Amino acid sequence: MATRAKKRRSAKPKRLTKKDLNAMYRNMLRIRRFEEKTDEFFMAGRVKGAVHVSIGQEACSVGVCTALNDEDAILTTHRGHGHSIAKGTRMPEMMAELLGKSTGLCKARGGSMHIADISKGHYGAHSIVGANMPMATGMGLAYQLEGSGRVAVVFFGDGASNQGSFHESMNLCAIWKLPVIFFCENNHYAVSYHVERSTSVKDISVRAQGYNAPGVTVDGMDVVAVYEATAEAVRRAREGGGPSLIEAKTYRFFGHSRGDPQFGPYRTKEEVDEWRKRDPLTIAADMLKLTEAQKKAHLKAVDKELNGAIDFAEGSPEATLESALEDVYA
Amino acid sequence: MREITFVEALTEAHHEEMERDERVIVMGEDVELAYVFGVTKGLAEKFGRDRVRDTPISELGIVGAGVGAAMAGYRPIVEIMFMDFIMLAMDPLINQAAKLRYMLGGQLSVPLVVRTPGGGGVQYGPTHSQCLEAWFMQIPGIKVAAPSDPADAKGLMCSAIRDDNPVLVVEHKMLYKMKGPVPEGEHVTPFGQAAVKREGGDITLIGVGYQVHNCLAAADELGKEGISAEVVDPRTLAPLDTGTLAESVRKTNRCIIVEEGHLRSGVGSEISAAVQEEAFDYLDAPIGRVAALDAPIPFEPRLEDFVLPNTANVVDAAKKALGVTV
Repeated sequence: MATRAKKRRSAKPKRLTKKDLNAMYRNMLRIRRFEEKTDEFFMAGRVKGAVHVSIGQEACSVGVCTALNDEDAILTTHRGHGHSIAKGTRMPEMMAELLGKSTGLCKARGGSMHIADISKGHYGAHSIVGANMPMATGMGLAYQLEGSGRVAVVFFGDGASNQGSFHESMNLCAIWKLPVIFFCENNHYAVSYHVERSTSVKDISVRAQGYNAPGVTVDGMDVVAVYEATAEAVRRAREGGGPSLIEAKTYRFFGHSRGDPQFGPYRTKEEVDEWRKRDPLTIAADMLKLTEAQKKAHLKAVDKELNGAIDFAEGSPEATLESALEDVYA
Repeated sequence: MREITFVEALTEAHHEEMERDERVIVMGEDVELAYVFGVTKGLAEKFGRDRVRDTPISELGIVGAGVGAAMAGYRPIVEIMFMDFIMLAMDPLINQAAKLRYMLGGQLSVPLVVRTPGGGGVQYGPTHSQCLEAWFMQIPGIKVAAPSDPADAKGLMCSAIRDDNPVLVVEHKMLYKMKGPVPEGEHVTPFGQAAVKREGGDITLIGVGYQVHNCLAAADELGKEGISAEVVDPRTLAPLDTGTLAESVRKTNRCIIVEEGHLRSGVGSEISAAVQEEAFDYLDAPIGRVAALDAPIPFEPRLEDFVLPNTANVVDAAKKALGVTV
């Protein structure tokens, strides 16, 4: 019989060791290099459709996912490559999906905006802005009913915080005390629309108050700050304390999508340059006091993995036309 | 055979399936007290308020949560108090539930049931009286059931709950109090199998949901004039059993489709196209369609009756197809 989540033993968020932080730096670099390669492939016409790279926002992906177990779930957005990699999504099959191959995670039917790897607790990129929040609510309900102590994390942007789905989901999670973490990456723009124009509050985290849930704003360029806020929210969720809202102030260094130039008419080069001074990889490298040689070693290892993923994808067969009609129904 | 009402049949389906599978959960507005139409009666007391829970008025949120719970391995049944309110939850149903399995490469399925009362005849006006089945039967990845009697209500609901796909079950409000025979014990009606509700040789009347009863009443009227009408109920609109429908038309050579959705781009449009594709050479008259007129469903009883299809409309359409002077 289904029961409410049993109270878990209180586990203090583990303190990050230098080894942990080194792994987090490595993961952020994996995302950075994957995105750079994706952008290159897109510009060369090899990745079709729409691509929204997350360069600049790596600390959010890695800070959150470092605080999760394999069994915990994430649901992400159209800008989801970083979250996917941070959650452990298989990179070769992910690259194969972007290149439209039969070995892709979604069998070439989902593409960049719908990457998922259920085996790794990645319950999908959901490209309708805000659509993933009610789903995360339902997953949290399931985890509460099964008493498993698992949590669901839903990533969304500043723009999505104005969707009704955000507000309905926050309320549902709060009244039912569901183990769901709402992680808002406030990168300041909903395509071209600045958050100060789109949103009634300066800090989106204050919206949690309306739902009697904790809300915090953190520096989204600082992977440790993101980790610590998430670990605290995860602890609370596992103990039956219900949802949390975390807002991470961050920035996308590239345009909204590759149809959008880096600066666009809505933001200046100066603004982008200012944010680039707070590159999350640089901040983490400085914390670790990485030498140039150490950085090179990281890069070499990451590129080896990336090239292996590209080789796998390139060597994979095209999706068959017949496969376009499969899996419509179970 | 014992007779129970349409509502009782649905309630029984819930009780049996929730006993059978503890992953079945129910959520919706006022479902704990079964306060509006009574389908969820007794469930909260029996299965507890974890598995049967009231929700706030958040149709988008609760259908979306149903999708999420289904993704995580549960088998949620979400009640939407009136079919019209489903419009608030189209994104989770159409953009998510219907596509997730396909879009994520078959990595998961979404065994979600959304059940909802549709239809008019109760003077609730334009936003509480619609039959919107046609919207959903167009979308790959979702199934649509529209039972017309208590036996099918139970059988199709049990099928819906056991199905690994998202299923919309449309329950016409005028059917809730209708009594009919329902077999004792397990009774599961497979999807995609139309039922011949009355045999006849001169014309086929295809009825959807409550309109099956207008077809049966019309068949009675026509019988008085020596016309033998066959009444066929598709029971599920997606999948649609075009084979049985066309087989009947090949026998009778004439066909009228009766639904309560609007005429334009309705369920009847699709069935008409399918039937003529499979039975064109057998048709002795154009396929006729009887549906709600192309206006919102008005409140005032006389106006509502005028816009909704009735037995006389079906009789007239049948006679026209038969070349009988009306």
